[in-house]
Amino acid sequence: MPMQAQAGQPAPVPPPPPGDNSIIRLERIEKTYFLGGENIVRALAGVDLSIEEGSFVAIMGPSGSGKSTMLNILGCLDRPTAGRYWLGGEDVSRMSDDELSEARGRRIGFIFQSYNLIAQLTVIENIQVPLFYRGVDLKATYDRCVELARLVGLGDRLHHRPTQLSGGQQQRVAVARSLVNDPLMILADEPTGNLDSRTGAEVLDLISRLNEAGKTIILVTHDDKVAARAHRVVRMKDGLVDQDIDQLPPAARSGGNGRGASC
Amino acid sequence: MLKRLIVPYQFVITVRLGIKSLLLHKLRSSLTMLGIIFGVCSVIAMLAIGEGASYEAQEAIKKLGSNNILIRSLKPPEQARQQGMGGPRGMQLKYGLTYADSGRLMTTIPGVVRLLPMRIIRENVRFGQNEVPCQIIGTLPFYPEVGGAEVVRGRFLAPMDEQHQENVCVITTGLARRLFPIQDPLEHSVRIDTFYYRVIGIIQERSQPEQRTQAGKMEGQPLDNNVYIPLSTSRTRFGEILFRRSAGSFEAEEVQLHQITVQMRDTAAVETADPQIKTLLGRFHDQNDYEIIVPLQLLRQAEQTKRIFSIVLGSIAAISLLVGGIGIMNIMLATVTERTREIGIRRALGAKRSDITLQFLVETVVLSVGGGLIGVMVGILVPILVSSLTTMKTIVTPWSVLLAFSISGAVGIIFGLYPAKAAAKLDPIEALRHE
Repeated sequence: MPMQAQAGQPAPVPPPPPGDNSIIRLERIEKTYFLGGENIVRALAGVDLSIEEGSFVAIMGPSGSGKSTMLNILGCLDRPTAGRYWLGGEDVSRMSDDELSEARGRRIGFIFQSYNLIAQLTVIENIQVPLFYRGVDLKATYDRCVELARLVGLGDRLHHRPTQLSGGQQQRVAVARSLVNDPLMILADEPTGNLDSRTGAEVLDLISRLNEAGKTIILVTHDDKVAARAHRVVRMKDGLVDQDIDQLPPAARSGGNGRGASC
Repeated sequence: MLKRLIVPYQFVITVRLGIKSLLLHKLRSSLTMLGIIFGVCSVIAMLAIGEGASYEAQEAIKKLGSNNILIRSLKPPEQARQQGMGGPRGMQLKYGLTYADSGRLMTTIPGVVRLLPMRIIRENVRFGQNEVPCQIIGTLPFYPEVGGAEVVRGRFLAPMDEQHQENVCVITTGLARRLFPIQDPLEHSVRIDTFYYRVIGIIQERSQPEQRTQAGKMEGQPLDNNVYIPLSTSRTRFGEILFRRSAGSFEAEEVQLHQITVQMRDTAAVETADPQIKTLLGRFHDQNDYEIIVPLQLLRQAEQTKRIFSIVLGSIAAISLLVGGIGIMNIMLATVTERTREIGIRRALGAKRSDITLQFLVETVVLSVGGGLIGVMVGILVPILVSSLTTMKTIVTPWSVLLAFSISGAVGIIFGLYPAKAAAKLDPIEALRHE
């Protein structure tokens, strides 16, 4: 990207974070939007953040705090104006559009607020989409996809269309889809936002179980109850990390039934 | 369902996905396809009808021989009227080509190989109880080579027959069937007027040069009832003056030759000889009692007409294909807008720009090629239907099918490229946010 707001470019290479197992490292990430004329919006103003493998992070913040921009950058949907983003040892911030697409497909599993399933495909086909774009033999991986569908409790609805499923079921398909490429992290954007509290809790349980099984989860939300499930809460404000709190998971809920999930 | 999913080939999956997406809007897709169907169908059907229309004419002309020039005697129209008003016996009509003409043509026109004169007389031919109205054609021994006929059995007239004015004849296969249902015609004799002629051969005619002669006025008569006799025999047996009974009165006319086929050295000679013959004959005929037919020119004209016909029909059909293509593009642009969200999802899940381009391009091509296939089928059926319902001949040429089909494919690619590129250009973030 030729649009650089500040001359922070020749990376000063900060000392690597203490834990060697951090899979995500943001170094002074900036994102500036030029809206024409003098109208410049600095959505991110030099964010530093590192996330370790297996962690469960909630990103919170009011609207306009840079939360969505953060999500786009983390999800490789957008490139930062300045700064570096290391994802699993690769500098994503310098990648071309095609490389970014590949990074999205292979390293990130998306869960969206509005499920975002493809209407003309069945449950199993929706789960296969990331595999297809990765160029994997769909025949060879079919059993695994069925297994994932069973894992999220939809083993008996493989050939249903999204419109034939409830919201909670659709979101569970999305969870299965996010897992199919065995990504480095799962990026969930308000995953319970469109669900009632009961199904929302079910989906959240599912996500927690995945984390217990070792998946790195990044959850963007503005709901404190949802964020309470995470082990770490990052609060954003004015394009910067405002608070970064480690919290213990509510012991009562997490001790339950989740260990079976191996992805 | 299961099987369809586990096909390993990406392209097959993309095509299937395209079909699936198109099936989501069946009415829309089929209406879009209609444009292409009509286009392809009209290309094939129009070319088939055009081809068929010109085919028969061309074949007939070709059979006359492209190295030949035909000169035929014509009864002058005003004379004919005058003769009808004249007395029952008195008038004798004299017109047409003469032996002198024949000699002049041979000696003056450069490039003439030989001349084939013909006298054509209508008379009934009898054998036993059978009686068939025929054309008695007096001609020379080399008729088969010039006029294009094949000796099936026996032999054709020989120079000796001509010299001795023999009472021999050669009959056509059709006549042989009618006159001799059981017997072997060879060595039998047929009766014409009061004379008997020995059948020495049977020929199969390739062409019917006489069918347009002035003598052939009797309609509804099968045209392959021809009897060939030596020219000299024709002159002595029938004389120069021919009588014909019609509506209770006599008609007498003197025609020396009914037709002269001028065989030229090559087609170039045909071109130059045509005007020369016109001038030559014009000098000795004060009335317009002959016509000159140049098969080569007719053929060229027919080909030219056909070419123009094909171009016009093809253009009309191409325009309808173009309109179909624009229809496809229109629909695809609407589809891209409508499916912006899906594009965003796919991009988030790892689809590259090229994947999106391919997906939409494949959809367009599936539409147009699908329409093309249906169009080809309908386009082949329509000419068959036309031929069976009317007497029109139609010919579906393979190249027209290929042309129409490949144009439909090209239309899909050309008109699909822009919408597909537009789809690929969408920003994934914007696309995901799209409602």
